[in-house]
Amino acid sequence: MSHRLWRFHGGLHLPGHKKISMHERVREAAIPSQLVLPLQQHIGHPTEAIVSVGDRVRRGQMIAESKSFVSAPIHATTSGQIIAIENRPVPHPSGLDAPCIILEADGKDEAIEAQAHDYRNMEPAELRHLLRDAGIVGLGGAGFPSFIKLNPGPENKVKTLLLNGAECEPYITCDAMLMQEHPHEIIKGLLIMKHALQAEHCIIAVEDNKRLAHTMLVNALEEHEPHDIEVVQVPTLYPTGGEKQLIKVVTGKEVPASSRPLNVGIVCHNVATAAAVYDALQGQPLISRIVTVTGEALHHPRNLWVRFGTPFRTLLDECGFDKKAEVDLIMGGPLMGFKVADPDVPVIKTSNAILTLKRQVQKPVTLPCIRCAECARVCPVQLLPQQLYWYARAQDFDRVQDYNLFDCIECGACAYVCPSHIPLVNYYRFAKTEIWAQEEEKKKSDLARQRHEFRQYRMERKKKEDEERKRRKKELLKKTSNKTDDKDAKKAAIEAAMARVKARRAEQDQQKKNTDNLTAEQKKKIAEIEARRKEQAKND
Amino acid sequence: MTDHRRGHIHSSPFLHSSNSVSRIMRLVLLALIPGMLAHWYFFGWGLLINLGIAIPTALAGEALMLRLRHRPLTPFLSDYSAILTAVLLAIALPSLAPWWLIFIGTAFAIIIAKQLYGGLGYNPFNPAMVGYAMLLIAFPREMTTWLPAQTHELAFMDNLRYSFLNVLPHGLTLDSISMATPLDTVKTRLGLNMTIHEINSQFQNLFGMLGGRGWEWVNLMFLFGGIGLIFMRVISWHIPVAVIGSLFFCALAFQLADVDTHASPIFHLFSGATMLGAFFIATDPISAATTPRGRLYYGAGIGILTYIIRSWGGYPDGFAFAVLLMNMAVPTIDYYTQPRVFGHRDD
Repeated sequence: MSHRLWRFHGGLHLPGHKKISMHERVREAAIPSQLVLPLQQHIGHPTEAIVSVGDRVRRGQMIAESKSFVSAPIHATTSGQIIAIENRPVPHPSGLDAPCIILEADGKDEAIEAQAHDYRNMEPAELRHLLRDAGIVGLGGAGFPSFIKLNPGPENKVKTLLLNGAECEPYITCDAMLMQEHPHEIIKGLLIMKHALQAEHCIIAVEDNKRLAHTMLVNALEEHEPHDIEVVQVPTLYPTGGEKQLIKVVTGKEVPASSRPLNVGIVCHNVATAAAVYDALQGQPLISRIVTVTGEALHHPRNLWVRFGTPFRTLLDECGFDKKAEVDLIMGGPLMGFKVADPDVPVIKTSNAILTLKRQVQKPVTLPCIRCAECARVCPVQLLPQQLYWYARAQDFDRVQDYNLFDCIECGACAYVCPSHIPLVNYYRFAKTEIWAQEEEKKKSDLARQRHEFRQYRMERKKKEDEERKRRKKELLKKTSNKTDDKDAKKAAIEAAMARVKARRAEQDQQKKNTDNLTAEQKKKIAEIEARRKEQAKND
Repeated sequence: MTDHRRGHIHSSPFLHSSNSVSRIMRLVLLALIPGMLAHWYFFGWGLLINLGIAIPTALAGEALMLRLRHRPLTPFLSDYSAILTAVLLAIALPSLAPWWLIFIGTAFAIIIAKQLYGGLGYNPFNPAMVGYAMLLIAFPREMTTWLPAQTHELAFMDNLRYSFLNVLPHGLTLDSISMATPLDTVKTRLGLNMTIHEINSQFQNLFGMLGGRGWEWVNLMFLFGGIGLIFMRVISWHIPVAVIGSLFFCALAFQLADVDTHASPIFHLFSGATMLGAFFIATDPISAATTPRGRLYYGAGIGILTYIIRSWGGYPDGFAFAVLLMNMAVPTIDYYTQPRVFGHRDD
């Protein structure tokens, strides 16, 4: 089976470091005594807790619901008691605390009653609703609520549903392990997604360094009836796993900038999301995922099925973490992940990997840019990173946008190859945040300015009107005092005005229709009132 | 700017390739060695003496300026960029150049053309070429003191004595040992209305199979080193190919128009500074264009300008001026040759 492939610009051949965490099968991580469940584990709006401190919950029970569209509810990941709802450290680049529900496990791990559904009897909308309630978000790392990406809208037709099993970042193997061990779940989930999207056909893309995963998927596919699903091997090249990059590689289509894959008839989901969708139809909401715990200073780097809310620390201990080692703790991969300062932060829906990297004793000295353009050579978006850097550093935010800063996917390829060791992506993040802040600021000031300008305008107008009135009055006065011979004209004007008044009265009289068609009694009452009024007028 | 400086500590990527500025500079220096060996073989000890003066001058100049500019010494002194400038200048200067010529040229290159513009990464002009051009304008006579290929009789000590004391061995005069370069000869003789054929037959020992005698080997060896650099991905192919290609086609076009008054394209490629310039000077990343298409225009501009200056300009070899002129055009070239960004339409 050969599928034509395309390529995107640039990219990196990176040392994989994948084998170290693939020696053994995925095993269940122990459920800790206390689970910390952040109210936000996805892109979008945070959820709101629907349990109170002291409540007993069971596994799979919804404990926080979404109040806005772009959001995904949170479920209890084991049975136990809610002991607090408070701010705790969470895995986030900012390093700030965020509101979390703290669940004390009772050790029984009782589940709510699961209700399985058959997707074939369900309308796509109904299906999306179910997946939304199951709290499913993209498990590839971004964590965008999946039900939104399963809704093409009436005006769009989905040609290809692309399942992303590229997993291009070094060290991470959770998707590879899932594909190896649960190919059927992925395929079943894919069919459900296909139904929700009413897609024409499906492609599962796997990087060619994951031979076993590919074989397992192909074998599993043979056991299913033909469904227009194709498993495609794509070259191992970072960042093939980027959504737009993978679409280019597999279909040759370039998703236009600032637009969605849907616009070219493609929807892309992660393989792990497909498996989660399958689980949801079995009645199991999203409460756990595979996490790759790997890196240096671990005796047993491996993949674990982890309940959300489990602290990083217990997982590290489970993998034989050398406590004396000086390491940096990273959530995600070494190129796009972020450092986590506190090992007690919990695993959340987007935690695909926990990576330990030896802390660099000697920080590399950053030299000035020598304009070698290696960064431009490897940039998958074909930007000019050296120019972006130049303008970001100079805080010239107009120019940096001229050079398409917002097309940057922050893959880090440029910073990886930079011979001057410039933290390029940092500069881009900095520039993006500054621009967002400025725009926010600008919106506010624009509004204020508009208000101010309108007020000025209003006052100006009033002044003019006043002046105009005065001028007219003066003119009128002048006319009356200077010209005595146009008394006739004046008289005529007065007569005209009287006529107008008369006409208006007549009109009004005509309009007084509510006094017509009255009953005799009403007429009598009115007559009485009129009489009384006249009387009063006389007395006055 | 403090915010993202702090971010520097926290933010991805956490992996880095083993590449570094000093690695790039070291590899370029390494790739210069074959050409330098050929240079030494044909033109004697002068190169070594030039290097011996230029490198310490460059390092001292760099250190002095870094100190004056309150910049840390170690990262910059150990990046090999000053050494590379010194080496390129030492190669470009005549083998009988007096010591002060090299000293002034190198000091000017490092202090004025590099450090005063902000040091590594900030110089819009190639420092070695600025130094070279300054010397060519200020000291035209000293810049022509080339030895003829292989026929010289100067031992190392003789050459050294000449460089520092301006004293030649008994019985030799500068005029008797130095000689116009092949490019220079072609230019002046063409000016005297001689044909290429007549020049070739009159100055047989000045010309080899491809270009100037000796010079063709130096050029071949620089070509060899340069191809190595492309192979090791230290430089991209765009600039050298564009320089060589445009020079070749210019020379070819004029030769086809009139064989008698125009030297052959091959002669142009293997004489003077062509290969050194195409692979080692024009490719200086700091002062060159950065986009792939821009690099082609930039290289082509250098090739064309070199041909124009060689043929009709006031200097026998115009490479330095061609590079400097194109350096000026770099911001414009880069601006108009931006690649199409992913997901954007061609326009």
